[in-house]
Formats: sequence, C-alpha cells, structure tokens
Amino acid sequence: MNEKKEQLKKELKEAISNITDMNALNELKVEYLGKKGKITELSSALKEMSTDAKKEFGKILNELKEEATSLVEEKRSQIEERILNKKLESEKIDITLPSKKIKRGSKHPMTRMVEQFEDLFVSMGYTVYEGPEIESDENCFQKLNLPKGHPARDAQDTFYLENEYENFLLRTQTSTAQVRAMEENTEKGPIRLICPGKVYRRDEDATHSHQFMQVEGLVIDENVSMADLKGTLELFCKTILGEKTEVRFRPSFFPFTEPSVEVDVTCFKCGGKGCALCKQTGWIEVLGAGMVHSNVLTMCGYDSKKYQGFAFGTGIDRFAMFEYGIPDIRTIYGNDIRFLKQFDRKDERNEIK
Amino acid sequence: MKLSRKFVSDYIDLDKELSIKDIAEAMTSVGNEYDEASSLLPCTNLVVGEILECENHPDSDHLHVCKVDVGSEILTIVCGAPNCRKGLKVIVALAGAKLPAGEIKKGMIRGVESNGMLCAKCELGLDNKFLEEKDKDGIHELPLDAVVGSDPISLLGLDDEVIDFELTANRGDLLSILGMAYELGAIYKKQVKEIDVSHHENSENINETFKVEVKTDACPLFLAKKVKHVTIKESPEFIKNRLIASGIRPINNVVDISNYVMLETGQPLHFYDSNSLGDTLIVRDALEGEELTTLDKQLRTLSSEDIVIANAKGAVGLAGVMGGLSTEVEEDTKDILIEAAIFDNIRVRKTSKRILRSEASNRFEKGLDPKRTYMAIERSCSLLEKYADALVVGGMVEYNTLAMKDITIEVSLEKINKVLGISLDKDTVVSIFESLGFSVFEEDNLKVTVPTRRMDIHIEEDLIEEVGRIYGMDKIKGKLPVLNVVTGSYNKTRREIKNKLVDLGLNETLSYSLIPKGEVHTFTTDTFTPISLADPMSEDKNTLRYSLLYSLKEIYLYNKARNQEDISIFEVGKGFYKEDGIYKEENKLAVLMTGNYYLDIKKTKVDFYIIKGILEELLDYLGYQNRYNLEVDKAIPNEFHPGQSASIILQGKKIGVIGKLHPSIVKKDVYVFEISLDKLFQNKGTRMSYKDIPKYPEVKKDLAFVVKKSVSSKEIETVIKKTGGKLLKEIEVFDVYTGENVQEDEKSIAYSLTFTALNRTLTDEEVTEVFNAIITKVEEVCSATLRDK
Repeated sequence: MNEKKEQLKKELKEAISNITDMNALNELKVEYLGKKGKITELSSALKEMSTDAKKEFGKILNELKEEATSLVEEKRSQIEERILNKKLESEKIDITLPSKKIKRGSKHPMTRMVEQFEDLFVSMGYTVYEGPEIESDENCFQKLNLPKGHPARDAQDTFYLENEYENFLLRTQTSTAQVRAMEENTEKGPIRLICPGKVYRRDEDATHSHQFMQVEGLVIDENVSMADLKGTLELFCKTILGEKTEVRFRPSFFPFTEPSVEVDVTCFKCGGKGCALCKQTGWIEVLGAGMVHSNVLTMCGYDSKKYQGFAFGTGIDRFAMFEYGIPDIRTIYGNDIRFLKQFDRKDERNEIK
Repeated sequence: MKLSRKFVSDYIDLDKELSIKDIAEAMTSVGNEYDEASSLLPCTNLVVGEILECENHPDSDHLHVCKVDVGSEILTIVCGAPNCRKGLKVIVALAGAKLPAGEIKKGMIRGVESNGMLCAKCELGLDNKFLEEKDKDGIHELPLDAVVGSDPISLLGLDDEVIDFELTANRGDLLSILGMAYELGAIYKKQVKEIDVSHHENSENINETFKVEVKTDACPLFLAKKVKHVTIKESPEFIKNRLIASGIRPINNVVDISNYVMLETGQPLHFYDSNSLGDTLIVRDALEGEELTTLDKQLRTLSSEDIVIANAKGAVGLAGVMGGLSTEVEEDTKDILIEAAIFDNIRVRKTSKRILRSEASNRFEKGLDPKRTYMAIERSCSLLEKYADALVVGGMVEYNTLAMKDITIEVSLEKINKVLGISLDKDTVVSIFESLGFSVFEEDNLKVTVPTRRMDIHIEEDLIEEVGRIYGMDKIKGKLPVLNVVTGSYNKTRREIKNKLVDLGLNETLSYSLIPKGEVHTFTTDTFTPISLADPMSEDKNTLRYSLLYSLKEIYLYNKARNQEDISIFEVGKGFYKEDGIYKEENKLAVLMTGNYYLDIKKTKVDFYIIKGILEELLDYLGYQNRYNLEVDKAIPNEFHPGQSASIILQGKKIGVIGKLHPSIVKKDVYVFEISLDKLFQNKGTRMSYKDIPKYPEVKKDLAFVVKKSVSSKEIETVIKKTGGKLLKEIEVFDVYTGENVQEDEKSIAYSLTFTALNRTLTDEEVTEVFNAIITKVEEVCSATLRDK
C-alpha cells in the first residue's frame, strides 16, 4: 500500500508541476480526489479488509488524501498569487497625473480680517454689532457731537442720498454703532461691542476707496479708563500685528470722544527702524480712540456721571493690506480672480492662543 | 498752519539747542501733528562771494568764467547768467553744497574748471509764488556791503525754520502765532510775552463820521477803526520774510500788515479804502442772486446764506471770505477803514465751501476769540503807524453782543485720575493747568478758569484731556479692563454660509454697493424704488444696488477681459431700496459660475445642474432640506435664459432666482443665482435630531421610463413618491438618456428606488407589489413607457 501511495503521490506531483492555470488544477483535483478519483477509489478496497488491516489502510489513505489535498492547495495559492500579481501589475497607474477635485475656493482678505477681529473680541465678551449702511445725519453726526456745520465734518466728505441733504446718508464711519447700541440698550447699562462694516466717503485715490471698511469698538461701564483703552488696544494690536508690536498714544481730537487719542503702532514694515512707509518715524497711525464724550452719552440716554466708556475705530483695509502685503487698496475691491484665489487656505499667523 | 520759528520767537524764548524737529515732535506729543519740519530754505554750504573777474568763456557764447572771492579762497566758477559781471556780491554754492535741485560738484564746463555755482534766488527752494521774474532770470545780486564769506541766507533774512502743522478741527486758537506760543509755553514751561499794541491817536472820534449797522444775527462782534495818510510802500524785510515763511506772498506794507496781524493773533482783518467806502457799513445777509466782484476780480453770485458787508451802494465784501474789489486798498490809497469782526462760523463755512477757501475763512470757520478781535485791531493800528506812517483816528466803532468772559470749570482730582487711569497728585495737575495759562482756585475740587482764547474747552472732560495732553497720553500704562463676564456673539450663520461656499470651491468677492442708475432694475423682476445719491462722484456710481448680480456680472466681464475663463464666485452683501418712505437694506447672497468647475483632465464645465447643486448643498446644509423647490416661472428677469432658469421657492415664498444668463448679456455659458438671506432666515432651519437607523435590510430596484421631453423628472418623482408610500425610502436618478432607440421628442430617465420598513424585513411580494403599482401609475399619469422591461 505504501508503495502505491508513494507512486500516486509522485504521479500527482508531476502532474501538478505542469499545471499553470486554475481550470487544469481543478480538473486534476477531480482526477485524483473527486468522487471517482484515483485516490478516492482506493477506499473501495476497504470493504474486504479485516478490522486491523482497515485501520492500517485507512490511516495511509487519509495521509495520502491530506498530502494530495495540500499539494493541490499549495498549487492553488501559487496560481492565485500569480493571478493577483498579474492583476495588480495591470492595474498600475501613473500617480503623477492630476487629481480629480473641485477647485479650491477662497475667502476674501477683508472677510478674513473681520473674522480675526471678531474672534479676538468675541473671546473677550464683546458682541458683534451690525448697523445699517444707510444712516440718518443724526446718528452719523449729530448724536456723535458733530452738529450741522461742524468743521470736523469736512474730514468725512459725505454721500447724501438724493433729496436728503443733511438728512440721510451712507454712513461715513462705523461709529454710528455707538449711537445705535446705546439707544437700543433699554436698561442703559454696560455695553461691549465691536461693529465691523462698510463705510462710504466721497474720496478716491491710491490710498482711498470711496467704499471701505472700518471696525468700531465700544465699551461702556462704570469704571473704564484711558488705561483700560490702552491695554485693550495693546492686546488687539499684538494679536493682529504680532507680539512685538508697541502701541503709542498721541493726543488728538474727535468730536465724539474726550479725551481723544490717535494710536500709532510700531511700523509693520520696518519694525520701528524707520522706512518710507512710516516716513522714517518708526510708527504708523492705525486707530483713533478716546473716552466717549459725555455729550454723546447724554444724547443717547446714559447717565454720564455714572457711566464712562471708551471707543476706538480703525480702517480694516490697512490691516488687510499689511497682513497680506497688498500694496494698493484698489486691488482689494478689484475682484481679479487671480487676486481672490490667493486667499485659499487657513490663516497661519496671528492665531488666537 | 505754517509756523515760523523766528516769528514765534517774538513771543516765547525757545532754547537754541532745540532743533526744529524736536519742537515739532514735542508739539505732536501734545496733539498737534505736523507734516514737515525743516529750514525755510533747504540749502547748505552757501557763502557770500564777490566777483573779482568776469570773462567770456572761450568756447561759449553765453557762459562767463569768473574769479570769485569767497573769503577763504578765490575760486574759478563758470556762470551762465546774463547779469553776471565784475564787482557783484553774489550767493556762492560751494562744492558739496546741497540745493533743492541737487548737490553741487566740482567739474569741467566746456573745458574750464568750475568750483561751485553762483545762485539765482529761484534756486534756493523758495516757492514760485514768492519769486519775481528777476529772481529766475539771473543770479541774485546782494547789497554791495555784504560781507564776503558770510552766510547769505541770514543776510536775506530767510534763515528761518518752519513747521507745517496739520491741526485738529477744535484748535482754531492755534491758527495764530500767539496760540502756538501758549502751546509751546505749556510744553517748555515758558512765559508768553505781551503783544505790543501801543500807538498814538488823534483827537477825532471815528464815531462822529462813521457808522456801522449790523442787520444780521450772524455777526456778533464788529469793530472798526480808521487811519489816515498812509504811505503805501514795500514792507520792512522782517514782515516780508515772516509772511514768506508762513506761506503768504508779500504785496505792500498795508496789505502785509493785515496778514501779519492775522498770523499773529488769528483774527482776520479787512482794510477798506476809506474814501471809496463812504461813511457807513452795513452787515447783512446777502440777497439771493446778489452779485459781488471780489478782490480776485471774480464776479460772485451770492445766496441768502452768505453774509455781506455793504455800503450805501451795495455789497463791498463777502464776510469771512474775501473783500470786494471796489473798495480795495490800492497804490494811491490814503485813508483806511479797518474791520475786525466775528461772523457765524457755520455760515462762513458754507459760503467758503461754495465760493472760496481762504486763510481768513479757515480762521472764521474754526471760531475766534473776541478778545483777540480787539487786540488785532489795535495791533494793526500800531503797525500801520510804525510802518505805513499812518495817523490813527481816535475812537472805535463797536458793535458787540458777546460776553467775553473767561469760563470757570470745576473738576476733581479723583475724576481726572479715574478717566485717565493714572494717579497724579494735585500739585502736578495744578502746575499743568498753570503752564497752559489757566488759573486754578483750589477747594475740594479744582476750579479752573480758562481764558477765552481756548474756545475748545467747555466741560470737565476737556480739562481732563488737557491734563492728559501735557502730562503725556503715552505715559498712561495700559491695563486690561476688569468687567463682568458676559458671552460674546457674532453672526455665525453668515460665516457658515461663506465657509460652505468656499468649501464648494467658490471665491468670495467684495464689490462696490454703488452702481449706475440705469442698471439698478436689472437681474430682478421686483418692483421697488431705488436709492440714488445727491452728489455722486461719477455716473457709474450714483445708485445703491438692489441685486448683487449686476456686480458679479461686471466682475465676470472684468476677468474675462483678462482671459480668465474659469470663474466661480459669490458675494454676501446688501440690496438697497426705499419702501413707504423708509430706507431698506436686505441681506443677499449671489453666486456666479462659468467655465470649468472640476480640476481633472476631462474638465467638467459648469452647467445648470452644477449651480443647482451648489444651491441645494447650501440650503440643505442650512437645514432647509425638502422645504424648497425650483419653479419654472414666466416672470423671470430679462437677463436670464428663459429655458434654463427658475424661481427659488421656500415654503411657498419666492426667495430668489437661479439660471443661465441670457445670451444677449454674455456670450459664454454663465450661471448665477441670488437669494435673499433675510427671506430665507424668516424660516428657521430644521433642527438636527436623531432618527433610528433601519434594522432591516433595504431592497434596491431600478427602472427606467421613456417620456416626452416636456415631462419633468420632478413630475415623475412626485408620482413615484406618492405611490411608493411609506415603504419607499429613497429615489435616485442615475441616468438620463436621449438619442438612439429613443424618439427625438422623448427622453429616458432611470431611477434607483430603495425600499425598507422600520419594523420588519420586506418580502419580495410586498416590494414587487409596490414596484408594479409605481410603474402602472407613472405610465398612466406621465404617459410614460417602461424601458427595457
């Protein structure tokens, strides 16, 4: 029996070694291990055997079956692997071809600046206030202590609406938010807001656009002072313009604040060494600020004996021009798609920590 | 305001060590910004020289070769001026001298060495308006007694320094040398010297021969004095030079004195030729349409808002702005009537804005100190007596309704420190007030008396500002305010809309709200009243936009002109209109897409379905899934393609429009939509909430119908949905086909239907029953045939 076994095994091995495809292997498997296969058939001899012989023969037969099966299966996995490798080989692609994706969109640099301002101030408990762009002369000027005929109105050449001279206008400053927020506050209590938005002035050249954006800040409380204003603006400037930014207060005049200051920051181009941008002074004027004028508080229904507050305002365009190195304000409103597309990723700098 | 250092030094002693920049910076630190601080003449290395010899250049028909004694040596200098001659005392720019036009270097001029330059006056940096023809035609001829080797600029009296200030609107008092002196006095702790108004007067009294009638409330103060027998001539050098340093052109002694006194005191004066004027002056509102020829020989047509000075014959001056030509002081003028007055600043501002801005109007607009009005008229008499041989007539015509009292304001030390956020002691505060020339009476609070010249100070905060200014605003140490904890907030939805659209590959634009009036009704079928400007800068920016689509179309055209074809943009902004007399602003979102959308080799062109997808993705994201639909509407804007556009309807209300732009507007395939965010947000987005995940398997079945092209997919879907009932979970279109095997007026649409039940596994029978019912119903309702059964 053992001889027969060895012979069959040898025969099978030979047959397997010549096989290259799965069909032939399956056929061979049937030939040896199928119901009527050469190996299966050997079991028919079992019937005539004694118990002991059966046992002996059965053991060998099982060994043969197992060995034969494993030979076939070994071959099967060889073939499968070859087929798979062939398939993989055939599926090889040129990974350097362009990807399939939607063009990346972009957010306008001015929106990006506004969002930076919003995130910073909202984190300090400020509310973002939005007022209308069409305003009354009263809200834009009179209640900000700029009565009709006031010479400081000259600085803000105003677009009045048709047939509405000194009545309705396009807001020249987001300071209107001060008036609106104070008037809307029925409890006449503390306020903390910023108001970013579009403003309009009759002026246009390389550094002025007739439409631009400002952000106004207002804090009303019982004990806020110029020192608080300075601390707040220092934090603001360092966050937006960089840790090394220094802030300088210069006295100035705005009708709606008293005392008033203009706020300079370390020149963002030269870092304070002096360059053409800062006219060799090392400083750039970026904000106007001050303590809310008691007339404004009173006109808006506040008790100026109890409350004091600070306000600040700045042009957002300049910050965007600095942040992204945009040389001409007209580029900002030009909407050249090649300009817009440049702002297509997360802002890396000035993240709020 | 140009401040001459020499001029202000008449009234305050400034340390010689202080540079003009130091002074300018110190003034800036107290709130007075400057534009420029420099020498009046930006020249170096100039000396007085004497031409010892002057010969013609051998190689030129106009050049001279001169031997010039400059004190330290004798230089050979080539000069082309026609007046160059032996014996002249001249201004020599030595080698290395810096002049406005550049640096002077040694060199050879047509073969002859030249070691400097002989200067014309126009080469020293004086503004053209101060130069006469002779100053440009040839080298400047110095007096023959000029000392060789000395400084020619100081010889000319032009060795001055000037700060050009940009003053704030509240500091009208600084539009005067005296005001500047007080400000510098506060900074450098120096006393301001008194102005000399002394003069003689004759025994006549002007009130006997001259009358002033004020017939308007726009003139609270009017003073007049008279001088006789003036000699009109050139002003003394110091007056001329100070006017030049202050930017005013010298004319003659009399005119110059009126300007000089205005510069000193801030009070504009007007000198009339007394004989042309007559014996009466009337101050009144101008008549509408009244005409007046002003000193600059311009005929001005006046309005009733203007104030005029008139005599018996009519207007002789436009108050606060400019005098009239008919009573001008001329070469032969003998007697002068001097006017010093205060006019309503708002009225003057309106007039000057319309007619002419002048040094005088600028001062009237900012407000004047009545004490200075008196001071100025006396000062002018003093100078006219000294420098124009005038005989001052006794008395003064006076019309005065002003109180002229210094005001006293109370302020507490505590409040000063509370507002500024610092802790100054009382002595420091008092000394600050005193340095400003204010007097302080100390009680519990400080009672501060402010002189009338400081018209900007009315309330305690104004005094606090003065303390801050002089102490130094920048010395205040910043700290963060201690406030109650409150929550901040911002418009998160708008930011999410932008983020979503950016994620979908669109670029955000920011365009102007102002557009041409003729375009305001485009891209919309709404009827509304547009809003225009009273005084636009240009016709293409005269009206506020109603739709943002006009702007996006313009942006598209701009980029297309630059060969940019793939454009997907959006803008969030406001549309403006007027309704029932009220100005309205509506938040809108507009999108424009054209060209390629995907970045792959095959390039996917934007079509209606891509922009529809953007709209749906956004609305679904915002929580409006299944609550809106697109409706083909006959009333679409003319700018839209009639076959590829629709109204966007949210819960029965139109919120916008979507579609392709009409080929008459743009040739290429451009798709847009615009929605009103305000209308959208009138409906809240659906809240996100958990739904059970189906436990039982889903059954998918596909089918395709052939229908007439006019039948919309939505109609078929509606029938499917209705018939499918609860078991039908999803319908998806997976193919649309036209062409072979389908009639020309037909299309085939293939749907994949998903069936499931929440509580059991569906049997084949159940699904088949519903499926067949769907087929029958669609065939019946939509005249469809099932394809490839």
